[in-house]
Amino acid sequence: MNHDAYPDSYIRAILDGVKTIAMVGASPNWNRPSFFAMKYLQIKGYRVIPVNPAAVGQEILGERVYGSLAEVPGAIDMVDIFRNSEAAGPIADAAIEAGAKVVWMQLGVRNDAAAARGEQADLRVVMNRCPKIEYGRLNGELAWSGVNTGIISSKRRKQGA
Amino acid sequence: MNKPNGPYGFETLSIHAGAAPDPTTGARVTPIYQTTAFVFDDAEHAASLFNLQTWGYIYSRIGNPTVSVLEERIATLEGGRGAIATASGHAAQMLVAFSLMRAGDHLVAGNKLYGGSVTQFTRTFAKFGWDCTLVDPDEPLNFERAIRPETKAIFIEGLANPGGIVVDIEAVAAIAHRAGIPLIVDNTLATPYLCRPFEWGADIVVHSTTKYLSGHGNAMGGVVVDSGRFDWSQNDKFPNLAKPEPAYHGLTFHETFGDLALTAHGHAVGLRDLGACMAPMNAFLTITGSETLPLRMQRHVENAQCVAEFLESDPRVAWVSYAGLEANKYRALARKYLPKGAGAVFTFGVKGGYEVGRRVVEGCELFSHLANVGDTRSLIIHPASTTHRQLNETQQIAAGAGPDVVRLSIGLETVGDLIADLDQALAQASEQVKAAE
Ligand SMILES: Cc1ncc(COP(=O)(O)O)c(C=O)c1O
Repeated sequence: MNHDAYPDSYIRAILDGVKTIAMVGASPNWNRPSFFAMKYLQIKGYRVIPVNPAAVGQEILGERVYGSLAEVPGAIDMVDIFRNSEAAGPIADAAIEAGAKVVWMQLGVRNDAAAARGEQADLRVVMNRCPKIEYGRLNGELAWSGVNTGIISSKRRKQGA
Repeated sequence: MNKPNGPYGFETLSIHAGAAPDPTTGARVTPIYQTTAFVFDDAEHAASLFNLQTWGYIYSRIGNPTVSVLEERIATLEGGRGAIATASGHAAQMLVAFSLMRAGDHLVAGNKLYGGSVTQFTRTFAKFGWDCTLVDPDEPLNFERAIRPETKAIFIEGLANPGGIVVDIEAVAAIAHRAGIPLIVDNTLATPYLCRPFEWGADIVVHSTTKYLSGHGNAMGGVVVDSGRFDWSQNDKFPNLAKPEPAYHGLTFHETFGDLALTAHGHAVGLRDLGACMAPMNAFLTITGSETLPLRMQRHVENAQCVAEFLESDPRVAWVSYAGLEANKYRALARKYLPKGAGAVFTFGVKGGYEVGRRVVEGCELFSHLANVGDTRSLIIHPASTTHRQLNETQQIAAGAGPDVVRLSIGLETVGDLIADLDQALAQASEQVKAAE
């Protein structure tokens, strides 16, 4: 996968395919980017499980916080990484271990070696993107904010989805 | 099946970018959402919207569906990441400065600018504690020399008003980037059809959409377009974008919105607090205008080239400043930055100076004597006594708007009619002056 320019179809297939997302680095502070993304993804119907060793035992947006990916009970479809690029390496490995199908690194987070290991293990990898922004872009919501979504169509589009 | 922008041509994007059929009714033309506010699903939805945690409309000062179509249209045509539409071109300049600057900060701008911009930057910005230095853009190093530690941006008009002047965008962008600051280009007179400043390294584009983008002289408007390429966190110069924003409960725009930081800030803080939003009706007129932008610009530059050549060869005319003319000082820059044509706003001087010039302006029958550019109609004005009146004579001459200068904005009429009108006005003016002598 060319990690500089993802085709819309690649991102769309990921967002359509996953149901449970483990968010590593999820913050209980409401003004942090991870909180924004978690809240939005919940509104859109995803189950988001926060992982943050510093907040174990707390709840974020109604979900219990776990200390590591290994502690999360049940299947994880996607791991969304809100940590720096270096920390993303071992987290990606833990995601492979946990049987996730997708590793997603947030805006500003990129670790090509970890991406290669993930792809080697048949996971799909996205780096330096935000699922909230991508979801909004592909479903016509981002255009509500004056953004160049790159979507051209003469078809009536479904609103919000 | 969503294709990326890449494969579509400029003409296709001018008509389709940002505008899909209305999701509810199927209306093909973008409706005028003439409403101030939008209902919330419930209290939780309202809270999420106000916290910027979900995308959506709240109140038309911050965002409106008709206006967002125009924003996406222009962002796409410029090759940018996002855009913020404003009430006028001046509001766009105010809004972008507000996102980048704080009291005590400094801006370096070219001195060849629309006169209203010179006044805004040097007089009104000073009242916000924003200092501005104007330099001659003919020598790009002048920008470098004027940069100080508190300088937050360089501002130029790529193709400058009143006319004929082209700035070396690529060279100025390199200087800005060496200093860790963005280059803002006012692309009003060129439009993205003739020049796309982001392809030459500019970081932000502003427009007075009042001009060619709407194109029919019927709607005020402005826009800020962000390339999304400038890294606001590379230094500590841009706390509005890279540090927690107290006016949003400590939200950090760059960290939260990535390359959409400026677009988000411009709406959520800029439009919210400065209040200079575009009216939906004006957005509608500008959307309609933008659909024919490529066709209109082709004809504008064709007509302008003919009129400029006529004037250049006329013995009653002292000089013509149009970068489409071979002898013009800016011809080489125009070839590089404006290969499809050097725009359609330019200046000339008549033999006999101010008095004859004034009579030419007054003697036109087709050209309208008014203070605007970028209309379907051809326009004529004497800048020194109007658009550039607040400037002193040194500033006027520096801006290309000295006492003998007449400015034309060439419209879409039959070009022979335009030439005939100028011909008769020149003849009349010379006779009147001769008779008075
Ligand atoms: C190059 C340029 N920039 C900015 C402006 C200001 O735009 P507005 O009149 O829409 O505020 C003008 C208007 O004449 C202009 O010509």
